[in-house]
Amino acid sequence: MVLSMGPQHPATHGTLRLVVRLDGERVVAADPVIGYMHRGYEKLTEFRTYPQITTLVNRIDWLSSFANEVPFVHGAERLMEIEAPPRAEYIRTTLTELARIATFLLFLGEMGLQVGAITPPFYGFRDREYVLNLIEGATGGRFHPNFNRIGGLKEDLPWGWVAECRQAMQKVLDSCDEFEDLVVGNPIFEQRTRSIGIIPGSVGASYGVSGSNLRASGVDWDLRRDGEPYLSYRDLDWKVWTHPDGDSFARYWVRLQETRESARMVLQLVDGLPSGPVMAKVPRIVKVPPGEIWVNTENPLGEMGYYLVSKGATGPFRVKIRSASFGNTSILPWLLRGCYVPDIITILASLYFILGDIDR
Amino acid sequence: MGLATSGKLPKPLTWLLNYSRSYSLWMFQWGLACCAIEMGAALAGPRYDVMRLGVIPLPASPRQSDLIVISGTVTDKMAPAIKRLYEQMPDPKYVISMGSCANCGGPYWDSYSVTKGVDQIIPVDVYVPGCPPRPEAFVEGIVMLQKRIRNEDLAPRWRGESWEPIVVA
Repeated sequence: MVLSMGPQHPATHGTLRLVVRLDGERVVAADPVIGYMHRGYEKLTEFRTYPQITTLVNRIDWLSSFANEVPFVHGAERLMEIEAPPRAEYIRTTLTELARIATFLLFLGEMGLQVGAITPPFYGFRDREYVLNLIEGATGGRFHPNFNRIGGLKEDLPWGWVAECRQAMQKVLDSCDEFEDLVVGNPIFEQRTRSIGIIPGSVGASYGVSGSNLRASGVDWDLRRDGEPYLSYRDLDWKVWTHPDGDSFARYWVRLQETRESARMVLQLVDGLPSGPVMAKVPRIVKVPPGEIWVNTENPLGEMGYYLVSKGATGPFRVKIRSASFGNTSILPWLLRGCYVPDIITILASLYFILGDIDR
Repeated sequence: MGLATSGKLPKPLTWLLNYSRSYSLWMFQWGLACCAIEMGAALAGPRYDVMRLGVIPLPASPRQSDLIVISGTVTDKMAPAIKRLYEQMPDPKYVISMGSCANCGGPYWDSYSVTKGVDQIIPVDVYVPGCPPRPEAFVEGIVMLQKRIRNEDLAPRWRGESWEPIVVA
């Protein structure tokens, strides 16, 4: 039997379509059909100026908008050979980690929903509001901040933000404990996720899986630590979490620990916030000198990179976007072969992709 | 015939029907892009909680729903599926277009693969602007739609006449 899941199905997180060939309950072959959310980013960037593109790239992976801006702005800054002031870099790091927390809190809730529990998504959405409030307080946008400028940030943090941030992080840490009690120890949850959808580390790496999905397979690789230095991660004391199992449960567990780690990182960041300006000296009309550069960073979903080609104009000549979810979903045909129909849902949920990030 | 074309129901009956319809909107969610997350925050988030207004976002199929929310970027590849599922919904049906992309193409106004406005394929009742709109704006759109349903005369709709859309501003 051929079963077409999607393009509109609540369990596919948007508009992914899976054409699944079944033998009884067992999956014989699964083909993801993508492109339902293709908006033509790489072409659009050729017709925009640099400040306009930061608005656009916000919407690639819409859950962690701020983290999408950072590599692009870094690419342009490195080509122009300017450096953002340390305070700007610290605030950038803080907001990137806040975006990561917001993304993962939604995941922690959503994953519960996919295995049949309705309470976790309410908790996830509730605690996510604290983080969104912080992002809104600093940038003015709940969702798409567009706060980065080439050479720094639009504005400094508002008065009282740091104190509020400390309180909110405490709430995030509490909520992680709550998820640990509610979901991780739950026997139904464990039965639905343990030893289901196992990705061995080498297979995952060969398919281009990155980020928490790969770390859940025991590969100790995080671009924040291992990549080219960017933002202020070198100044922080933090840990890269891995799990040896590589199943759906491991992916949940790793993301839970990373949420906690990010909250701790934010606490360190706001404690060590340097003073000074948030904007370097940049000409009014941004023109990037000719050159090519590849910048990759650790997005909440995995490795996100931009290959930027400039010919000296106000806009780039060509931008190639490497997005995390595309690599993460390319393993689906391999991973879904041989599993059962209800497990498709948990595997899709635990891989955690964003359709805009796949199709761009 | 008769009642359906003339639309002349006794007034108390019309009031009762409209009142009941406005507070039990079964909503078919069409979460496409960023707006879907804000719609999710409005539906599942305890802070906004649209279900208190009688909107139930859990119909199993479009055949059981009264309201469809198009939240997000409509691409040319997606458009036929939207039209098809809209046609499966029973009358009277309402459409909320949420976000700039669904309204007019939004930031992708010059993209080759994006449909510039869902109103090119299905008639829209409420436009909620924003990129993405805040959940409050979405709730406001629902409230305005309910207000319209409460005072609605269904006869023109059954005759297939067009109507003025609501814009949340």
